[in-house]
Amino acid sequence: MTHLIALSPLDLAIIAIYFAFVLYIGYYLKGRATTGDDFFLAGREMTAWIAGLSFLSANLGSLELMGWAAAAYQYGILAVHWYWIGAIPAMLFLGIVMMPFYYISKTHSVPGYLQLRFGEPSRALSAVTFAFMTVLMSGINMYSMALVMKVVLGWDINFSIWVSSITVAIYVALGGLRSAIFNEVLQFFLIWFGAMLVPILGLIEAGGFAGLRERIIANLGSDAYTHAWSTLGSFNGNPMGIHWTGIVFGLGFVISFGYWTTDFLVVQRVLAAKDLRSAKLAPIIGAAFKMMVPFIVILPGLLGLAVLPFHLTGEAEAIATGGHSYNEVLPLMLARYCGPGLMGLGITALIAGFMSGMAGNVSAFATVWTYDIYRALMRKDASDAHYVAMGRWCTILGVLVSIGTAYLVMQFQSIMDYVQALFSFFIAPLFGTVILGMLWKRATPAGGFWGLLSGTLGSIAMWAWVKADPSAIGYIAFSEHAKDMAENMYRGLWSWIICVGVTVGVSYCTRPQPEAALTGLVYGCTHIPGEEQTPLHHRPAFWAVAVSVVFVILNLIFW
Amino acid sequence: MHTGSGISIWFFIGALLTIYGALILGYGVYSLAAPPERPPVLHELHAGIWWGAVLLVVGLGYSYAHLPGKRS
Repeated sequence: MTHLIALSPLDLAIIAIYFAFVLYIGYYLKGRATTGDDFFLAGREMTAWIAGLSFLSANLGSLELMGWAAAAYQYGILAVHWYWIGAIPAMLFLGIVMMPFYYISKTHSVPGYLQLRFGEPSRALSAVTFAFMTVLMSGINMYSMALVMKVVLGWDINFSIWVSSITVAIYVALGGLRSAIFNEVLQFFLIWFGAMLVPILGLIEAGGFAGLRERIIANLGSDAYTHAWSTLGSFNGNPMGIHWTGIVFGLGFVISFGYWTTDFLVVQRVLAAKDLRSAKLAPIIGAAFKMMVPFIVILPGLLGLAVLPFHLTGEAEAIATGGHSYNEVLPLMLARYCGPGLMGLGITALIAGFMSGMAGNVSAFATVWTYDIYRALMRKDASDAHYVAMGRWCTILGVLVSIGTAYLVMQFQSIMDYVQALFSFFIAPLFGTVILGMLWKRATPAGGFWGLLSGTLGSIAMWAWVKADPSAIGYIAFSEHAKDMAENMYRGLWSWIICVGVTVGVSYCTRPQPEAALTGLVYGCTHIPGEEQTPLHHRPAFWAVAVSVVFVILNLIFW
Repeated sequence: MHTGSGISIWFFIGALLTIYGALILGYGVYSLAAPPERPPVLHELHAGIWWGAVLLVVGLGYSYAHLPGKRS
């Protein structure tokens, strides 16, 4: 089988040096991961910058990089909404509104917060679903990365899976969350330096953004690929078949807030911040960089539309015709502009992206398993050292289960669609439960639990309904022509509404909790330190406003 | 941010970027004398030279600013 890119010895040396560095960092930090707080919360001593960059890096997996470059090639600049309206408002909301409650409650995890606020049943439900889904998702990402490495570099799938995942297992098991976070910051730099050359050279070749736009119109006969909002007035006017209400309410509200504010994979990084101000600032720093990620992800996809001399297709057609699929657009652009050395750096960026995402998964899994499942349900009173040892072992176990999932997906590819749907079942209702828990004193433990359970079951029921009767999508997504993405968004919105409705209803039927039990957990019962004494340019709110202004300007520029 | 009394993460980043910068810049200069058989698009811009130089300068800057033992 031919492959896209042949690596030179210099490229291989660059990749090998990267592996040596991440392993050394894990080994170096081994001695500083002796207590539970060290291992699972990185000693709660991270600065806002480190927490913020690792917060973003844990989200920048290789699938994120290659998948959204592919989406940009397929759907045009609309893909940028997943970075802007689908991320920035939620990240700022996490920093300014929600972080104080997570941080002041001294919880070690999101299920841990639910235990403090709503009791054990809510924690058990969210912990078990999170742990299960995290390792499955991790395995799927692993398989997808190995597949790309096979297509692009000709590397054996087994080799890619085992080498990269064992490396992650070693450095996270040695140094715990601190090692994961430090490596994520390193990986953040590599992702940027490795990927940034493609858009720079691409824009030079295309003649700037104006030239890029002209070429795309000439190649596709439509300017819909370069407008982010002006084509969203109808379902048919844009390449994604989506209406602006779906983007604003489905993506911008439910999906995005659900992911960024309750997915423990990202929230864990911020919980490791050294103080409340850093914890509030970290998501805002993350948001500022998240806003810029389209430069290295979306722009290469658009450049592919403009400058590549051949047309990319879906995976099945690419296999049938021997052509290239959308998913290969980022490596194809790398191969177009990068010679020896720079190519190694670009491939290192992709590997770094994969490893940062995977480290995020396994460190979050280890924490939730150890604290929220093992300690809560199996062994309540072991020593701190025992839980640290458990954390180390289940880091390795998490990686092995992920590898198992990767092989399972290799045999039964349809699993991938099912697991991605499964993940979406839990995120939207969880956001309903957490936000009511934080902002509404009257929410009771029974309300929280039954709301979360019914929202999740409602989501599963809607999914099964559409599977059994495809015309049901007309009821769920308001259009029989709605695509998968639109279905996910509306299902998320409905399950959030079910969760909130049931939580409110059951809470009013059950006895309210005394205010003393809610101290440090809920708005109105929690003293949040004021920032009057802090200079303006050190205040999280100031930077949140600055990021919001840039966010609005960017949307207007690419309207 | 230091890892306790030890090495700052920023130093690790600086060191890695320095190594990468030196390798990529070095190859970029070498390829002036011996151009690759199948040059990439825009090879005439010699991206390896200036991108390698950027990596090297950023890497050296970070390494110096966060040298182990130096208070940041």
